[in-house]
This record gives sequence, C-alpha cells and structure tokens, in this order.
Amino acid sequence: MKKLSLLTLAVMLPAFSFAQNAENGKRVFVRDGCYECHGYNGQGTIAGARLAPPVLDAQGMIRYVRRPAGAMPAFTNKVLSDQEVNDIYAYLKTMPAPKPVKDIPLLNQIK
Amino acid sequence: MPKSKNPVGRRGFLKGAAAGAAALVASPAGLKAQEAQAQTKGAATSLPSARLAAAETAPPPPRVDVYTTDRPGSDFMADVIKSLGFEYVAANPGSSFRGLHESFVNYGNNKSPELLTCCHEESSVAMAHGYAKIEGKPMMIMAHGTVGLQHASMAIYNAFADRVPVYIVLGNIADVAWRRSDVEWAHSVQDAAAMVRDYTKFDDAPVSLGHFAESAVRAYKIMMTPPMEPVVIVADAVLQEEPMSEADRRSARIPKLTLSSPPAGDSGAVAEAARMLVAAEDPVIIAGRAARTPAGLKLLVELAELLQAPVQDRRFRMNFPSSHPLYGGGNLATADVIMALEVPDFWNSTHTQTPVNRMGMESRSIVKPGTKLITIYSGDLAEKSNYQDLGRYAEVDLAIAADAEATLPALIEACKRLITADRKRAFGERGAKYAEAAKRTKAQALEQASYAWDSSPITTARVSAELWNQIRNEDWSLLSDVNPFFSNWPTRLWDFEKHHNYIGGHGAYGVGYGAPAAVGAALANRKYGRLSVNIQCDGDLNYAPGVLWTAAHHHIPLLSVMHNNRAYHQELMYIEDMAARAQRGVDTAKVGTGLFDPNIDYATLAKAYGVYSAGPIENPNDLGPALKKAIEVVKKGEPALIDVITQPR
Repeated sequence: MKKLSLLTLAVMLPAFSFAQNAENGKRVFVRDGCYECHGYNGQGTIAGARLAPPVLDAQGMIRYVRRPAGAMPAFTNKVLSDQEVNDIYAYLKTMPAPKPVKDIPLLNQIK
Repeated sequence: MPKSKNPVGRRGFLKGAAAGAAALVASPAGLKAQEAQAQTKGAATSLPSARLAAAETAPPPPRVDVYTTDRPGSDFMADVIKSLGFEYVAANPGSSFRGLHESFVNYGNNKSPELLTCCHEESSVAMAHGYAKIEGKPMMIMAHGTVGLQHASMAIYNAFADRVPVYIVLGNIADVAWRRSDVEWAHSVQDAAAMVRDYTKFDDAPVSLGHFAESAVRAYKIMMTPPMEPVVIVADAVLQEEPMSEADRRSARIPKLTLSSPPAGDSGAVAEAARMLVAAEDPVIIAGRAARTPAGLKLLVELAELLQAPVQDRRFRMNFPSSHPLYGGGNLATADVIMALEVPDFWNSTHTQTPVNRMGMESRSIVKPGTKLITIYSGDLAEKSNYQDLGRYAEVDLAIAADAEATLPALIEACKRLITADRKRAFGERGAKYAEAAKRTKAQALEQASYAWDSSPITTARVSAELWNQIRNEDWSLLSDVNPFFSNWPTRLWDFEKHHNYIGGHGAYGVGYGAPAAVGAALANRKYGRLSVNIQCDGDLNYAPGVLWTAAHHHIPLLSVMHNNRAYHQELMYIEDMAARAQRGVDTAKVGTGLFDPNIDYATLAKAYGVYSAGPIENPNDLGPALKKAIEVVKKGEPALIDVITQPR
C-alpha cells in the first residue's frame, strides 16, 4: 500500500508541478516586470510583443523565456521557475479576445 | 537650488546700490544696518536705541548722490534685439541682466519682445526650442552667465542636437571693480559661454555697445543658417546699466541683418543622386529632419510621388503625411538605393544590433551588397567633437553636405529630366504595391489597438483613439514626442498631414524637455488659432513643473494629457534587463525608477499652478468626456491638464 501511494504520488507530481494558477501568474507577471514591455494585459507594446491570447503553448513559452530572441533578456530558472511561467501562461489565457474593430466605434471611424 | 536668493545677501547688495560708500557711512540707512547687525548679536527683544529711533523718525537727509540716466546701455541693447524681430524673451529673473530686463519692459513697452516669466532656465530654453519648431524662428532667452546657464545647459544641448535655433543672452560682470558682493562674485565668470561652447554654434562677450550690436546680429545670422543651432551673446552688466558712453552714442549702430541662403547641394552631386534614384528599382527615402518648414514637407511629397518611392519618416520633424500611401513603406534589406535626408546616425538605420541592450553588441549591415547609399545632411557642415551626438561613421556612396530642404527643388528637377515613359510606368506599378501595403499596415494597427481596449490602466492605444476622436476636426498640433514613449500610437492612428501637426522630439533625449517645449510651441500656435496637444510623460513633468504656471500666467492654450505610468519607465525596463542578465532580483526593478508611494496627483499639481485639470482617470470610459471638457477650456485660451493612469507604453 505504501509503495502504491508513493507510485501514485510520483505519477501525480508532474501534474502538480504543471498545474496552473492564473491568479499567481498575474501576480508574477507584475512582480517580475513582464508587464513593463508587454503591457499589464499582455496586449503588447512597442517594447514587447503581444502575449495574450498566447500563440505558444506553455512549454513553448518556457523555452522562449529561457532563450529569447531580440531585445528580451533571458529569464533563467534562478529568477523565474517553470511553475511561475506556467502560471503566467494561465493568466494570459484568461485575457479575453478583443472585440472586432468594426464593433469599436472609435477605431472603426479611423481610415 | 544653486541660484542665490539669500535675503541677507540681497540686503547687502541693495545697501551698496543705494548710495555710495561715503554716503553709507553717514546715512541713517547705514546706521540702521549697523543697528540691525548689533541687534542680531544681542537679545532679540531689546528696545531700539535712541540713535535707531531717531534714524527711523527723522526726515531723510538730502541724498549725496543721485544716480539716474536717460540712456542706459541696455536701451541700446534692447534696440538691437528689437531689430532682430523677436516676439518673446523667456527668462527666470536674474540680477546680472536686470538692466536689459527693465529696458525690455519700460523702454521697449514689453512688446517684441514680450517677457515670459519662467520658473527655471531649463524651461526658458526648452520653451524656445518648442517655439522655434512651430514658428520657424527663434525665441530669445536670458540667464545669469553662471547659475542660470548651469540650469539651462541640458536644454541647450537638446536644442543643439535637434538643430534648433535658440538665442541666448547671458548677464555677467566682467570687471572685478564693479562687483559689489559675494553674490556678484559668485555670479561672475571669465568666459561664460565656455560651459556650453561644445554645443552652441557661436558665442561672443562684447566689450562695448557697438561690439554688442555687431556680434548680436552676427550671432543671429550664424544661428539661422542650417544646421541651425543655439548661440550665446554675453551682455556685460556694466554695459547694460551704465549710461551709453559718448563714444558709443556717436558711433554705435545696428548692422543690417541679411540671412544667408541655406546651403544647397552641389549641382553635380545632385545630378548623380537623381541618376541613382531614377534608375533604382527599389529605392527608399529616409527622412530625419528633412522638412524644416511646411515647404519642405510639400517638396518631399513631390519627390516621393515623382519616383513612387516610399518614405520612412523617423519623425524628428513632420516630414511626410502619415496617410499617404508611400508613408512608412519600403524594405531596407531589399532596397537598391537608400537616400537619407537629414538623418543623424544614418549608420544606425542601415545596421542591426543583436541583442539590442548589450554594450559593444555585434552588428551587421541590413543592406544588401551593391545598394547605393546617399546622404543629404547639413550636419556634415558643422559637426563638433566633444559631445558625441554624431553617431557612427556612415560609409555611403554619395554624401551631399547641404540642407536637404534647400536641395530638394534641384533634385526634383534633375529627376524629372531623367524620367522616361518606361520609368514612369515602372514607378506606377511600384506605387500601387506600396498603396496596398499601407492599407494592410493600417488595418494591422487598428486590430492591435483593439487589444485590452477596456483595460485599466488605460492602454496608450485607447488614449490615442479617444484623443483623436476629440481633435480630428480641429486644426491640431501634437507637441510631444510619442515615439516610442506612447508606442507610436498617434502616428499609427492619426492622420498627420500638415507640418505643424508634429514637431518631433528632444534632440538629445534629455528628459525635462517635454512640458516646456510644448508650452513654447503652444505659444507659437496661439496666434494661428490651432489646438495644441501635449501627451505629457509623468517623469518629464517632474523636472520643472513650474512651466504649468507660466502657461497659466501667459494664457497659453494647451491641452496636456498625462501619460502617467508612474515610473521612469525606460529606466525601469533597463534595470529589469540588468537584473535578468545578472540572474537576480527581477522583482526589484522599481527601486529607484518608480514614481509611486505616494502616487503623484498631477491634477492637483496643475490646479495649484492655476491650470484647469481633471483626474486621475483610470476608467477608459471616463476619458472621452474629460477630454471634451478640457478642450473647451483650451479653446477659450487657457491651458488644461488631464491626468490619465496609463499602461507603461
């Protein structure tokens, strides 16, 4: 029984470690400065690409954060754990898709 | 505050000015001063002595010396300045130019130039910087040759790097025998202009009024010849305040001002540039400070349309209309001819650096082998060495050391002579391609703007769209640098057509330029009835917010919309970058860069300076009505400020 429990736990661990906590992701997104270039909602700015809704999967985001291209500094797991990136990913997934431009009068009038 | 306002020093200085030294010893005023000194040493509550009581109640004795003049030298200096056609002189008051100050107000009736009361010399210069970019001519500023110029120096460097004329007159007391106190010694200098000589175009320290007139006119002429840059003239305080000498009354005159025509490109070089451009299959034009005037914008449109060549506008000036199908297109990697018009640091346009934020980064050219590079750049005529705003050395095929705007008419004509029917057909096909690309770019911008549309803090795209909705039918003028601080949203969403729609940025990226430059430019816009708009970065306003009072005091209509992201955000991103690189403390980048705890209430700040204000606005739905109300105030001729809590970029 004890062996079974450990085995069960061992099987479950990866699932636990990659469980995503969007609330914590939002906190880390702000705490560790992701918003500075990507905006509080991950909408993207001139300094950083749009992140929400995510176009990469969580593993892709982790890989990119570790070895980014362009101006973005690498965030190693010394300062940002895989779990925290997962949580950020979860937060970004909560961002609603934007309304179509035609449904935003201020934008729709711009030619 | 390095500028001395010591009341004790000021009393001593006035004492010295009141009568002569002999009169001072015997005068009641002198006794009074001595008594006051004794009282300071003794008990604060001691009764006045009999002598002091007598001095205060007795009638004043006849004055030993009466010091008046009907013709101070500063009146002549004012005549010289008036002859140069200045509308305004901006100054924080200072004793070393008090003579000139008084002459402007009383002898000159405070008209042409009119004095603008500034709360900081940096504001004076930056106001002149913004004013010149709208008006096309300089504003004069006055400052102490020492402490005032020290305050002004960063703003002068900005104007220098931005190739903008600013006419600077400094007060100084050159002769030691005329300095009466430690204040005047501290405010005197051997060579006042030395401090800013590395980033001014000309200076002189005249020793007579005739000399002042000649150098003042010469300075103006040099300043207004492209590349335009600030100049300095020292107005010696003794020359200002003493009566005009008999010799000067007989001989001093104001020389005639004849501005030099701007330097145009050599005809052979222009013909060669035209040959390259007309033969090119994929030309790109890059514009930096190409359009000095509205005529420059029209000329650039004419050239681009003639060649159907795209124009990448670096937006150091309003060079090219943003809604034009040739705006912003082209690919430097595929171009076979690239022509740069008044582009500082052209090397940076043709190279990529990886990664961006690493000093000594690897770089490589993004231009394909064989691409012809042409520059027309007036900066080649007047580079200086010490301050390195000149950028990397650009290896080009044809360098024309000339003013771009002055060269464009000849270049256009040279191109016209070379264009055949076949070339015209090819140009037409090229233009159609860019028109389609421009439509796609605009659609992408609108889609990008829709993200986080209802978020709080409010996105810079939403602020830009709300603002555009309020001003689109007005004759508007955007007076602040929105690239990149506002993610370029106004230039992506708004329809920039006229030269006064935009004035570019700092020049040398010296923060503190934004607010005063907007006030100065708005002053220039006032007589044309334009709606002046300033997207005001929060960090910038905190350098010298007193310029809000100047705007209120002089009734300068200006709408300021705060970009309140509560940080020196560029630096915040840099610190984040450094921390990530060092693999530590990525959560502490706000230390030393954040502007919170407490949050700054800019609406209250503006109100304290007499400016209509509203905010802080955090709900995007509240922004439109607030802007509308503020614009009503601005249209009545007053400044207004709306504090908006914004996304970082």
